[in-house]
Amino acid sequence: MRFVDEYRDPAAARALVSRITELAGDDHFKLMEVCGGHTHTIYRHGIEHILPDAVELVHGPGCPVCVIPMGRIDDAITVAERPGVIFTCFGDMMRVPGSKGNLLAAKARGADVRFVYSPLDALRVAVENPAREVVFFAVGFETTAPSTAVTVLRARAEAVSNFTVFSNHVTIVPPMKAILDSPDLRLDGFLGPGHVSTVVGQRPYRFVPEIYRKPVVTAGFEPLDILQAIEMLLLQIREGRCCVENQYTRCVREEGNPRALEILAEVFELRPHFEWRGLGFISESALKLRGELAHFDAELRYSVPGVRVADPKACQCGEVLKGAIKPWECKVFGTACTPETPIGTCMVSSEGACAAYYNFGRLHRDVAVSMGATN
Amino acid sequence: MCLGIPGEIVEIVDPVRQLAKVDVAGVCRNVNYGLLEHEGIGPGDWVLVHVGFAMSKIDEAEAERAMEGLRLMGQAFRDEMRAVVDSNIS
Ligand code: SF4
Repeated sequence: MRFVDEYRDPAAARALVSRITELAGDDHFKLMEVCGGHTHTIYRHGIEHILPDAVELVHGPGCPVCVIPMGRIDDAITVAERPGVIFTCFGDMMRVPGSKGNLLAAKARGADVRFVYSPLDALRVAVENPAREVVFFAVGFETTAPSTAVTVLRARAEAVSNFTVFSNHVTIVPPMKAILDSPDLRLDGFLGPGHVSTVVGQRPYRFVPEIYRKPVVTAGFEPLDILQAIEMLLLQIREGRCCVENQYTRCVREEGNPRALEILAEVFELRPHFEWRGLGFISESALKLRGELAHFDAELRYSVPGVRVADPKACQCGEVLKGAIKPWECKVFGTACTPETPIGTCMVSSEGACAAYYNFGRLHRDVAVSMGATN
Repeated sequence: MCLGIPGEIVEIVDPVRQLAKVDVAGVCRNVNYGLLEHEGIGPGDWVLVHVGFAMSKIDEAEAERAMEGLRLMGQAFRDEMRAVVDSNIS
C-alpha cells in the first residue's frame, strides 16, 4: 500500500480499500469508469494496484479527444488549409493524427491554425480579424458543449458573420448504451462521469439500472472519491439494490444545470449518426447546430469532404475505448505509439487511457509487481 | 480541455455579456458566468471553470481540494494553465 501514503487522507483510503476487499469477497467485479478524468486519477495514483484482485477497473470512452475519428481530423485539416481561414482549436486537438498528419503539420505547411483556451477566445479572434474567416473546432461532451452554445448565441447577438463552428460535440449516454449492448463485455457497474454530470445531472443514467440492471455511481476526481464510489457500487450489488447514486454531491446535482441544458437545446440538435473512433457509427450520439443557426455551421459554409477513414491497422484504440483490452496490451503501445508520436488518439490527451498509463501507470505497475502487490 | 479549474470571482465586469473577472489559480481572467446566472454569482463566490465558462458553484473547501488534485496532475495542468494565461475573453 505504498501509494496510499500519497493520498490526502491515507487512513481513509486504507479503510475504504479494506471495505471494498470485504465487500468483493471471492467474486470478481468489472467496473467501468466512463470519464477520462477518472482514468487519469486511477493511473496517477496507482488505484488499480491498491484494489483487491477481485475488483477490475476498465476504462471507457469518456475522453472527447480519444473518440474523434480520423476522418474528422482530415475534414478539419481541409477547412484549416482553405485560403483566408483562421482555424482555432483546443491545444489537445493539435496532435490528434488524421490519415495525413495532424493540425500541427498543417500549421507547419502554412495553414493558420491557432490554439485557444475558450470558444470565446476564438470568437474574439473573429472580431479582431474581420477580413478573415474564423472556424472553431468544437469538441467535447456536455461539459464543453454549453460553452460552444453560448458562444454561438453571442456571435448571433453581435452579428459576427465571419465565425463558424465545426461541431464534434458528443453526448455521453449513447456510447454507454453501445458498450452495454456489445456482446463481448461483461460489466458489473459504472463510475459515472463527474463534470459531464454537473450539466446533465443524474436522470440520464437511469436507463442503466432500469434496463440493463447495472448500478451507476457518479464520482469525483480525487482518489478517495473513486474509492468511495467503488465501495458504493459494491454495496448496491451486495444489498441487491440497483440504482443511480451520487458520490460527487459537492458538484453534481440531481437535476444537473438546467440553464446549460436549456441553452444546449436552443443551439444544438442531435445528428442522426456520428462516427466514434473504435466504436463505429452510433445513432443520435452527437450534436450539430440547429437549422436556424446554419450560417454558423462550418460544415455547411465549407464543403467538408466528410470522408470516412479506417483507423490504422496497428491501432487498437477501439478495443481500449470499449474496455476490451488494457492499454499495454495494444501491439504498438510504448513502441511505435508514444505521447510524442501517437498513432492512436488515446495516446494524445493526458486523459486518454494510453497516455495516462504511459505516463504513470507503468511506474506503479512495475513497483507493484516487484512488491508482489498486483495480479 | 476537460479540466475544471477552481476560481474565485473577483468582480462582475460586463453584466450584458455575463463576464466576470475570476482569479483562476492565481491568474485573473475574464470568464463567462451565464450558465450559473440562475444561481446568483458575485464576488467571493468560488466556481469551477471549464474553457472560459463558470460551470458549477463550489465551496472554498472543495476549491482547495480540486486545486490540490490539479497540481498533482503535473504536465496536463501546466498545459491547461498556459492556455488560461493566453486567454483574453471580452
Ligand atoms: S497504444 Fe496507441 S494505437 Fe494502441 S490503443 Fe493506445 S493510442 Fe491506440
